[in-house]
Amino acid sequence: MGMRYEPVIGLEVHVQLKTRTKMFCGDSAEFGAEPNSHVCPVCLGLPGSLPVVNGRAVELGIRAGLGLNCTIHETSVFARKNYFYPDLPKGYQITQYDRPICTDGWVDARLERGSATVQRVRIRRIHLEEDAGKSLHDRLPGKTAIDLNRAGVPLIEIVTEPDIVSPAHARDFLTRLKQILEYLEVSDCDMEKGSLRVDANVSIRPVGSKTFGTKTELKNMNSFANVERAIAYEIERQAAILDAGGVVEQETLLWDAARNEARPMRSKGDSYDYRYFPEPDLPPLVLEPGEVDAIRATLPELPDAKLRRFQEQYGLPAYDAEVLTATREVADYYEATARAAGDPKAASNWVMTDVLGWLNQRQCAISEFPISPEHLAQLIGLIADGTVSTTLGRQVFAKMAETGREPAVIVQEEGLSQIRDIGQLEAWVDEVIAASPVEADRYRQGNEKLLGFFMGQIMRKSQGKADPKQATELLKRKLSGA
Amino acid sequence: MKGEWGSIAELAAAVAAGRTTATEQVHEALTRLGRIDPAPEGINAFISYDAEVAAARAAEVDGAIAEGRGAGVLAGVPVAIKDNFCTLDHPTTCGSRILEGFRAPYEATAVRRLREAGAVVVGKTNLDEFAMGSTTENSAFGPTRNPRDLTRTAGGSSGGSAAAVAAGIVPAALGSDTGGSVRQPAAYCGIVGLKPSYGRISRYGLVAFASSLDTVGIMSRSVADAALLLEVVAGADRFDATAANIPVPQFRDALEAGLEGLVVGIPREYFPEELDPGIASACRAAIDRIREAGAEVREISLPHTRYAIPTYYLIAPAEASSNLARFDGVHYGMRAPDATSSAAVYDETRSIGFGAEVKRRIMLGTYALAAGHYDAYYARAQSVRALITRDFRQVFDSGVDVIFTPTTFHLPPRLGEKVQDIYRQYYGDIFTVTANLAALPAISIPVGTTEGLPVGGQFIADRWDEVTLLRAAAALERLLSE
Repeated sequence: MGMRYEPVIGLEVHVQLKTRTKMFCGDSAEFGAEPNSHVCPVCLGLPGSLPVVNGRAVELGIRAGLGLNCTIHETSVFARKNYFYPDLPKGYQITQYDRPICTDGWVDARLERGSATVQRVRIRRIHLEEDAGKSLHDRLPGKTAIDLNRAGVPLIEIVTEPDIVSPAHARDFLTRLKQILEYLEVSDCDMEKGSLRVDANVSIRPVGSKTFGTKTELKNMNSFANVERAIAYEIERQAAILDAGGVVEQETLLWDAARNEARPMRSKGDSYDYRYFPEPDLPPLVLEPGEVDAIRATLPELPDAKLRRFQEQYGLPAYDAEVLTATREVADYYEATARAAGDPKAASNWVMTDVLGWLNQRQCAISEFPISPEHLAQLIGLIADGTVSTTLGRQVFAKMAETGREPAVIVQEEGLSQIRDIGQLEAWVDEVIAASPVEADRYRQGNEKLLGFFMGQIMRKSQGKADPKQATELLKRKLSGA
Repeated sequence: MKGEWGSIAELAAAVAAGRTTATEQVHEALTRLGRIDPAPEGINAFISYDAEVAAARAAEVDGAIAEGRGAGVLAGVPVAIKDNFCTLDHPTTCGSRILEGFRAPYEATAVRRLREAGAVVVGKTNLDEFAMGSTTENSAFGPTRNPRDLTRTAGGSSGGSAAAVAAGIVPAALGSDTGGSVRQPAAYCGIVGLKPSYGRISRYGLVAFASSLDTVGIMSRSVADAALLLEVVAGADRFDATAANIPVPQFRDALEAGLEGLVVGIPREYFPEELDPGIASACRAAIDRIREAGAEVREISLPHTRYAIPTYYLIAPAEASSNLARFDGVHYGMRAPDATSSAAVYDETRSIGFGAEVKRRIMLGTYALAAGHYDAYYARAQSVRALITRDFRQVFDSGVDVIFTPTTFHLPPRLGEKVQDIYRQYYGDIFTVTANLAALPAISIPVGTTEGLPVGGQFIADRWDEVTLLRAAAALERLLSE
């Protein structure tokens, strides 16, 4: 695209709230149940049924707003968004329109991956609403089946200002947003299960222009990587149209990840008039005095604050602190380990390399990790006091992950503790020097690098158990003929 | 015209004491129903009834009393329910073809409370389709005749409930009142029709017409009976966020207090020149009795009354257009047989399923809410609604305790008497819609006859002040029966 155009990007993010029950009735909001098993007169839209607001969903909406630096409004108003769709049983969605619960927030997001430069993305509003059901097109041959388990599941919709300036900026915004929402325990934010869904509004304009170009809406991206790709694709597509002297049409495009392209869904020409009006079945949502402050008092330390504190308190480099604060669970695990071991640096090395590596390999969450922070700290202690070598420590770690047992027990039972018996060490030193007289001579002539060669031989003989410090000293002494 | 039924309290007491049984009472109601109700010669007050189920429910009440499990305050009282309340024992049709085959899997709160107090539902009564109309002629099940003159309508939309009570089939019935649908048919049939404050009775299970105006209403043969039923059905409900969580007074305690010391306001806007002269003179005679009984009668003005009809006919259809969207042929009720796409299912089902008046109001309401019309119509109507409410506020703040007006503009029209001018028909609601717009409690009681037809007089009280409303109505009822 070159420098002729600049993109203007805004995002609409739907996030399912982690509540036990639905937004306006008592049915379970759980994902993945037998179709139409979590339904009642209210979410089925039966005649005469009425909505009643789920207080927990309101609380989670407020938490999200506070975590995203929003103003929380004491009074907000539910509204009906009217349209016909088979998986919308009432013929309208209950949402919030001109008086949402949260407005005017922000998130700082990086312009490029790995760069230190952040640019603020303003959040225009967050509103509470209910999810629709699902139309299943592949369940009954030639027919569309409707599953209303999802109908009425609580959502927040987070709408940004058009402040996002690049596909990478959009992706980092989403990464930050998800991280914050996960820290707040507001949502699972699982795109695969549909608990976080992103629509992107994209337009381009000549660099320096003050007016907006015509925007298109991108839907159906199932990962943040796809959001980034789809936006990049759309920017290129619009630029090509403008370059050819054409006009960008306002339309909705569906991203096809398999083909790496966006295809038109419907043009805004035949879009609905949603006929919004205040929901007469629900009084305005008025928060109790002090409710927002009470919720604020329960907020956890958020990622940015934790990142700064980890750098200051544990002396971690920025990169390490960032990796360790990526999720609240990893951060908590690290902190518990560091505290128990009394060695933040060693704890950081173990968690970043070994723990995260283990999780990554098995694609599982830290909640499923079998080694407790206390046990990992014990292992760090055994290495620090020389009971096991770092190399053997890794073997102990693997055994711990396998069995969940204490490191000291494993070291003892497997005979993995270091051998510091001078007689045994001397014997091995003598053996390796005797076996390689040529190398011994070259060492004595000044090739000190060969020390490593001899140490390797000793480690092999001792199956890695020789105390390296003592063995090295003995080796040096014997080689220099003392 | 007390007919065959005594007071409901006495009837329930007799059942509780074993002097009669629920079974006998229900049998008597069903016998009368079978004799005088069936169309074409009968009054056609009922859409459905089920003698076996009613007998079984009556036997449950009798069983409970026999086993000493106690008798409710409505033990053995046969009641009828307007067919826009969901009930478990009968179909729920709303007087519409579109709900063909629908049986609700749940029960309206008001109906449940009646049953829990020992009342037995004998059947579901006729109404204008979805309560839209004022003659019960807009019913898919034929019009209801007025028991006082079988050539005339019973009024509407709760014409079936009014006729069932007036004909002595049941001593009381539930209706719904959105713009006068309980009070007007009560006036036409010569019975009591009570519309409490908006929020006094849960709407859960009442199929919505206009959610911000709909009120559950009580139709009975005396003010005392209405007060008793109100005590049973009123009060907060966790299934209706608009049902107020405020204490329910013992309404019957105030019935003997009389008119002395009350200030009764007579709004000059409610006695226009065009008012039927027979109605005017019956109401003026009633005012004389009120004055003689020691009340201060004060002329007042409610200047925004003249905007009440256009205001009502914007708000009610707007809400209706959204409330009736759920009748789409997808989930329950009727579905157009040959529709091949979801759009065709909607179009054809709704074309065939809804009657002309319902379609007219859906179109009116859709237009009023459309983008570009909202501010001019719906939002403007809400502003005027606030002015109408303020008129009442000022009157009550000036020391007026209760307002007295005629209930209807005209005498009950003859069946089939086509009202050519839809505006004239809509303007017939002028005296009753204001209480709905202002959320106030109101009651119509018989105040005399003209040309052999009953005349209704209406009291309107301040919000939540059903105590004063019923006190005044009971006092006038006594004065007029002397």
